[in-house]
Amino acid sequence: MKAYLTRRYMFSASHRLHSERLTEEENRETYGKCNNPYGHGHNYIIEVTVGGAVDERTGMVCDLVELDECVRSHVLERYDHQNLNVLEEFAAEVPTTENLCISIYEIVKREFRGAHLQKVRIEETMMNSFEYTGENNR
Amino acid sequence: MVYLTRKAEFSASHFYHNPAFTAEENARVFGKCNNPNGHGHNYTLEVTVKGAVDPTTGFVVDLKHLKDIMSREVLEAMDHRFLNKEVPEFLTQIPTTENIAIAIWRRLAPKLKSAQLHRVRVYETPDLFVDVFGEDGPGEA
Ligand SMILES: [Zn+2]
Repeated sequence: MKAYLTRRYMFSASHRLHSERLTEEENRETYGKCNNPYGHGHNYIIEVTVGGAVDERTGMVCDLVELDECVRSHVLERYDHQNLNVLEEFAAEVPTTENLCISIYEIVKREFRGAHLQKVRIEETMMNSFEYTGENNR
Repeated sequence: MVYLTRKAEFSASHFYHNPAFTAEENARVFGKCNNPNGHGHNYTLEVTVKGAVDPTTGFVVDLKHLKDIMSREVLEAMDHRFLNKEVPEFLTQIPTTENIAIAIWRRLAPKLKSAQLHRVRVYETPDLFVDVFGEDGPGEA
């Protein structure tokens, strides 16, 4: 039987939602308060889910210390206390939580070899959450 | 298909140790969790069942029946226990969150009538939980 292990992490970052493909007015209309030119911030909660068969020797799907270290060094270091808009991955993409979710999924997929990445879920606030399981969305 | 989830809590102690490993390997792989005197958690269990709504009762499952099975099969066996020493599955397996979720699945699945077990989720802490879906995998829901 496969098991799916989920670990929650938190980081704080700012962003401004503004698309180069829209006019000033369309931006205001589309993004509302999130279009404020000075940006605003969130405490993002991210949930990383990895899945697979349980290793009989350890009773675990993957080494949790390795997963934590991977997420810390490649995700939390990258995004915590940053302005998302100035980061390379958001040079041409709007830093919505949808796009952030895809970026984090791609980073963990690339960097973590310990188990199959099943899903990345982000809570932008207690009211909004987003999930990406790696289907072709870009 | 409707999904119904029932929560329960239990508190238990455990430690992680593989007798096939050397003392150094055990310490390296399991870290603090290797302390043989054990340590404890407040586990939260979520059991999700699925099924069609019975036209007479309007239920997917008789909740009382589900609660009774969860108490008898899981809480009586695991609540306020030292998992490594008092729960038969963990005399031979390491009581990780993964193995606890699988053991709970195996205890509950054969006992359920009408509805079918969909997911067992076990929280070891609010930041760490494991889901199992039997042999079928997660599916869509
Ligand atoms: Zn523990």
